[in-house]
Amino acid sequence: MLTIDQATYDAIVAHAKRDHPDEACGVVAGPEGSDRPERFVEMVNAAGSPTFYEFDSTDLLQLYKEMDANDEEPVIVYHSHTATEAYPSRTDIGLASEPGAHYVLVSTREHGNNDGPVEFRSYRIIDGEVTEEEVTVVDALPSN
Amino acid sequence: MAIEVRIPTILRTYTGGEKAVTGDGASLSALIDDLEANHPGIKDRLIENGDLRRFVNVYVNDEDVRFIGGLGAELSDGDQVVVLPAVAGGQ
Repeated sequence: MLTIDQATYDAIVAHAKRDHPDEACGVVAGPEGSDRPERFVEMVNAAGSPTFYEFDSTDLLQLYKEMDANDEEPVIVYHSHTATEAYPSRTDIGLASEPGAHYVLVSTREHGNNDGPVEFRSYRIIDGEVTEEEVTVVDALPSN
Repeated sequence: MAIEVRIPTILRTYTGGEKAVTGDGASLSALIDDLEANHPGIKDRLIENGDLRRFVNVYVNDEDVRFIGGLGAELSDGDQVVVLPAVAGGQ
């Protein structure tokens, strides 16, 4: 199960809506082993594409160095689909390389840049196996 | 010659869980062969058809090797190499 606070949830949705029709992407980092998505990091989609996303390679290195220095890991890796459902594509599955992360998919296909509900779903992707999990949105993450 | 190589989570199965290992080589290509000798199987995860895999990023002292010669990138004692899988996908 993914437990996420409302503000982070809203930030992911806002990013996806803003970048529509291109795919938006980013991570939410958290302390190693905590499973707490605490630090929202919006990334640039270097592919700038409605059908593909890729973190810029320099930004990617910077992000991992920061997380390393903070003893963090990517708790959530998110991206949007802009014309299809919020389910990992074959490419998403083939390239998923964070077995410990929650892969969040947001679909903006219904309302695009406008207000309105989006599909927001979360998965584990391990060795090519996709397992959907429940998403629980809370006002604030429970204190440690 | 000692070169520190940072290993991403997904490849730590080849390094016994180690986040960083030490390798040796005057070029990235030689370094990867040296890693393979000590961590069999890792080379195939980095190289495909004689070139770096499209969705694996390798950095030498913070430079993406694609801009400094790819597998031919020169290495010297004390360099730091970081391997990071691309975070990418598409619908």
